[in-house]
Amino acid sequence: MINSSLQPKLNPMFRLQWEQVQECYVLLYPEGMVKLNGSAGEIMQLIDGNNKVVDIINTLNDKFPDAGDLTEDIYEFLSAAGEKKWLYYEQ
Amino acid sequence: MNNETQTKVGPPLWLLAELTYDCPLHCPYCSNPTDLGDTKDELNTQQWLDVFTQARAMGAVQLGFSGGEPLLRKDLEQMVKHSRELGFYTNLITSGIGLTEKRIAKLKVAGLDHIQISFQGADPEMNDIIAGRGNAFDQKFKMAQSVKEQGYPMVLNFVISKQNISQVEDIMRLSCLLKADYVELATAQYYGWAFANRDHLLPSQKQMVDAEKIVNEFRDKQNGKGPKFFFITPDYFEDRPKACMNGWGSTFLTIAPDGSALPCHSAKMLPLKFPNVKNKSISHIWQQDFAFNRFRGDSWMPEPCQSCDEKEKDFGGCRCQAFMMTGNMDATDPVCSKSPDHHLVQEAIELAKNPKEPIFERVNQRNFKGEDIVRIKL
Repeated sequence: MINSSLQPKLNPMFRLQWEQVQECYVLLYPEGMVKLNGSAGEIMQLIDGNNKVVDIINTLNDKFPDAGDLTEDIYEFLSAAGEKKWLYYEQ
Repeated sequence: MNNETQTKVGPPLWLLAELTYDCPLHCPYCSNPTDLGDTKDELNTQQWLDVFTQARAMGAVQLGFSGGEPLLRKDLEQMVKHSRELGFYTNLITSGIGLTEKRIAKLKVAGLDHIQISFQGADPEMNDIIAGRGNAFDQKFKMAQSVKEQGYPMVLNFVISKQNISQVEDIMRLSCLLKADYVELATAQYYGWAFANRDHLLPSQKQMVDAEKIVNEFRDKQNGKGPKFFFITPDYFEDRPKACMNGWGSTFLTIAPDGSALPCHSAKMLPLKFPNVKNKSISHIWQQDFAFNRFRGDSWMPEPCQSCDEKEKDFGGCRCQAFMMTGNMDATDPVCSKSPDHHLVQEAIELAKNPKEPIFERVNQRNFKGEDIVRIKL
């Protein structure tokens, strides 16, 4: 279960990168690429191994004050990204 | 081709750089052309670096260094460094022959992201017979260990054919032992040398069914651990063709060793004149060239594709396969059960039960000592 004090880390199998031509963030891995939508890109770029889940939530709530509380959306994305093994948490 | 279609062409996201057709192995399933040309026509270092710069500017993001055996080029490290600095995700697709611990380390420093090593079988006996080279298995095994020890993501590629399909379970165990991240259990596709050797390679339907069962049972016991296995069946046993290259000129750009720009690594066989990066820009090639536009969209499609509601899914299948089997590159891929030529596929499956011709070992290019291309002796 994800909680707000966990520090998500990017699976070293993946590289996150902004692609100007596609105008989106992408995750690159051996011979493959996942295109991220806007909100997924916003969350993924905050996963630097230091930020805790709570830091990501606070940063994005501050950045998008008109979007309402993003907490639930962020948990939902982190859970899906964990299942896809984009992220991991050190126990 | 009208302008509307041209403006809809997205970037060539995947760039395959076939650095040389030269190879230390002789696998009969090789998809390189049977006419390998002459090494003196190979692009030099600067020409390759220019290709990478141009393609990256257009939005290419995945770059595969392939061949033949790309390690034969001594300038590989320089190409990796340049392309990684441009922002490519860099993939080395190698037989493992020519790798050393030191070179794996040098490539890492240059910025290489991932190494894919091919194996021909689960043990030295099978592997080295198919590869046509002694000690190949031991070399691959050691280098696969080193690739993981040095922290790379690693893909193992096993081309599955009648020759080694009985080893599928052992192959999967070997992949676990070597700590592969992804494993392609890819049945041979019948292009180039593999087309000439098809009767010796194409498994029977029963062999395919048995192998698939073994793969599924093995996966069930993995409990989410170990390598992710991809089992790729030959399209000869399907009712619908593959969406070849995700559609002609939609995503993939191959540059052959001599600089020919192709929508896939086999397309050179087609009766089309393909452009060359030695005298055309990548952007002109991708956006304007006649050969690249030839099978974009659906206006070229014959029946039964033209009125088929699945044409957006498979784009009429593979142009090379249609040409090889029917002599007409515009034909519906004969793999499709709706194709009037579908009987050709069924005949091929029958023929493979009793091969009549001897197996061809892949031979090599005519060698030439280039002035500006330094080769490594393997």
